[in-house]
Amino acid sequence: MALNRKIAYIDLSTGEIETRPIPLDVRKKFLGGRGLDAYLLYNHTKKGCDPLGPDNVLLISGGILTATCASATARTHVMAKSPLTGLLGSANMGGFFAPELAWAGFHHLVIKGKAEKPVYIWIHNGEIEIRDAANLWGKTTTETQWTIREELGDEDVKCAVIGPAGENLVRFANVMTGIKNAAGRTGMGCVMGSKNLKAVAARGTMDIEIAHPVDALEYNKRFIDQITSAKVNKTQGTLGTPFIWGATNSWGGVRCRNFQYNQCEYADDIEPERLDEIATETIGPYHMTGCFGCQVHCRAQYKIPSGPYAGRYDEGPEYTSLGAFGGEPDCKNAVTVLTGNHLVDQYGIDNLEIGSIISWAMELYELGILTSKDTDGLDLRFGNDEALLEMVDRICYRKGWLGDTLADGGILASEKIGKNSFEYLIQVKGMNNLHSDERATPALALNIATASRGSDHLRSRPAIDLYHLPEEVLRKIYSNPVRYDGPLSSEHTSYEGKPWQVFWQENCFMAVDCLGICKYHTVFLGATLPNFEDWPKVLYYNTGLEMTPEEIWEVAERCNTMERLFNLREGLKRDDLKKGDMLNHRYFDEPCRRGAPDVIGKTIDREEFKKMIDEFYEHKGLDENGVVKPETLKRLGLKKEPSHLL
Amino acid sequence: MEKVLMINYQKCTGCRLCELVCSVMHDGVSNPARSRIKVMKWESEGLYIPISCQQCEDAPCVNVCPVKAISRDEDIGFVKVDYEVCIGCRSCVAVCPFGAMNYNIIDKKVFKCDLCGGDPQCVRFCEEKAVDYVDADRVSNFKKKDAAERLSAAQKEASALQAAM
Repeated sequence: MALNRKIAYIDLSTGEIETRPIPLDVRKKFLGGRGLDAYLLYNHTKKGCDPLGPDNVLLISGGILTATCASATARTHVMAKSPLTGLLGSANMGGFFAPELAWAGFHHLVIKGKAEKPVYIWIHNGEIEIRDAANLWGKTTTETQWTIREELGDEDVKCAVIGPAGENLVRFANVMTGIKNAAGRTGMGCVMGSKNLKAVAARGTMDIEIAHPVDALEYNKRFIDQITSAKVNKTQGTLGTPFIWGATNSWGGVRCRNFQYNQCEYADDIEPERLDEIATETIGPYHMTGCFGCQVHCRAQYKIPSGPYAGRYDEGPEYTSLGAFGGEPDCKNAVTVLTGNHLVDQYGIDNLEIGSIISWAMELYELGILTSKDTDGLDLRFGNDEALLEMVDRICYRKGWLGDTLADGGILASEKIGKNSFEYLIQVKGMNNLHSDERATPALALNIATASRGSDHLRSRPAIDLYHLPEEVLRKIYSNPVRYDGPLSSEHTSYEGKPWQVFWQENCFMAVDCLGICKYHTVFLGATLPNFEDWPKVLYYNTGLEMTPEEIWEVAERCNTMERLFNLREGLKRDDLKKGDMLNHRYFDEPCRRGAPDVIGKTIDREEFKKMIDEFYEHKGLDENGVVKPETLKRLGLKKEPSHLL
Repeated sequence: MEKVLMINYQKCTGCRLCELVCSVMHDGVSNPARSRIKVMKWESEGLYIPISCQQCEDAPCVNVCPVKAISRDEDIGFVKVDYEVCIGCRSCVAVCPFGAMNYNIIDKKVFKCDLCGGDPQCVRFCEEKAVDYVDADRVSNFKKKDAAERLSAAQKEASALQAAM
């Protein structure tokens, strides 16, 4: 059964491998996936450890429901201390890797040390082997996967791999599986590269007993019906995440030209409908694909229609590739977006970070802070598609002064570039923001400022705040499973009640990350989707574990506090622009220049923002400096961390 | 009317939910190695093709079985294995042209699609209807419709060209 999936400790320096069961009391405290990873990270690293040294640990895991008969239990979590931010490194991907890992007998991998030479880890029905990867080094992400399958003689092997970017220690390199599924953020691929670990391959045929199979099947069917009947998921299933970019761009909620604008004008060629046309022309009428067991199938397939990479197959692009290679650099050609998306998939790099950092460099270039001498003659202005794609190459291979500089991430690069370059860097805790603009939405601004892994939408964003839902609907969602009687506002420009919404979402997202299911299957884009009330049954039917909605909420709170403890230990300070819960001054000082009437002219109010942070800290049980209060630690059973239970 | 499993591979998104629910339905466990249906994948070009038993009328597995353990259930219209008789020689696995007769290394038994007694779970869970369960005489209808669509598109194109001349 799911609860007998093990944890493996793999030391790449010594070659030692140890496997252990995961005790039930640990499961009840942290469930699995990201939550248990947070516990392991805090327990297995020491304060101030070098993210690129052998003492950093790389954690790869599935959730407690991974590969069970619950919907979309496809997510793989990857965690380590981040080489990009020096704080929590944490990234989550779909695809088919975590289920395969579970069928091979494991839920959690703790990878320590550093291999002398390139290696990969092969996990097969309870057995773990460290194998030579000399022939894989230098290969792209897909070449690596196909080569491993050939070498092992099994087409069903699933791999989590790094590409050239991870090998070259680009600080925002990612871990990938399949064609485009990426544990994208905070440079987890860089950590893998630093350990000389090219891939983890898994293949399993071990039964996962379902505690109550008939109920699990029936409940799964109900769940899927609930999920696929939501309009937002129907749209996701036809246009994918580009529809979000298209919708928010027309409203004025995306970033353009590194935050100078909040809308990308004349962008017809990169609208979701246009991308859908290309997918239809190059693949056919049925061109959507999905992750394991998921009926939302939000990912398009396509072939690049023209240009130097014409005919290449890839999947996506997602919102982030549209932002990275479309809106942000103001390059409004579908082929550029599709090509950029293909390059990042092949090189194994975070599309979001690379798009943001290149756009930042473009603004610096236009301001004269960077010159053509710095760019080796490259005309790095906005709207120059060729320069944009050239920079992707340079960063991934650390080519030239600028490529090498930007490969170290925004903060280190700003220190090297100097002048006032840092002021233009749109980041929180050292990680660049999603290509969305939060100046008209205080709730979303609070979300990116306080997200545990740095500026990010997938840790606590109350995206439904944009739907203007009636207050009673909001209360029904946000007052469960823990009662909330404070204010709630249907108005997205309001500051009222937003801290509670962000706090609720933070726990909701942590819970799904512990369970191992996708955020499109909970209250993220759709208000009617399953959440705390629905999960106890799924958990019980599949694993036999009995938990109430309140208990799952408490697990989520505990795991979020674990992440907070890690960040505090590594130097998080409330108002620190580089390591704190603080936004770039442009959010407060530069009004939105474009967009709908409820967007244009908007900024975040400094005083109101400060109040939101205070309130948010109170909900989380932190003091006014953002430090976890002793009574919170006591309530959540975290007084004795690190407690080394696993 | 006898119903058959109809696979329209173009619609398959490759999610493998069919494999999951098949193993849960029959064995109470999640394990694609126990699934009667399997999605064959060409990931580098995004091609996914579910393969399952075709319940052949003149089934090679029935013909080859040396102990006559395989027969046809006329009520639901599927080819079934009698495990009381089966000796586990795997001759049926060898002759099946679709690879739809499987061998389970855990239980050491051959196994195949039994249409879940007339309510195939793979069909029930496939929202795309890449796997569908239809009356046997309707099995080619979607292909006729596709062909008709292509023809009408060609006709429209031809008349547009004529008009432009």
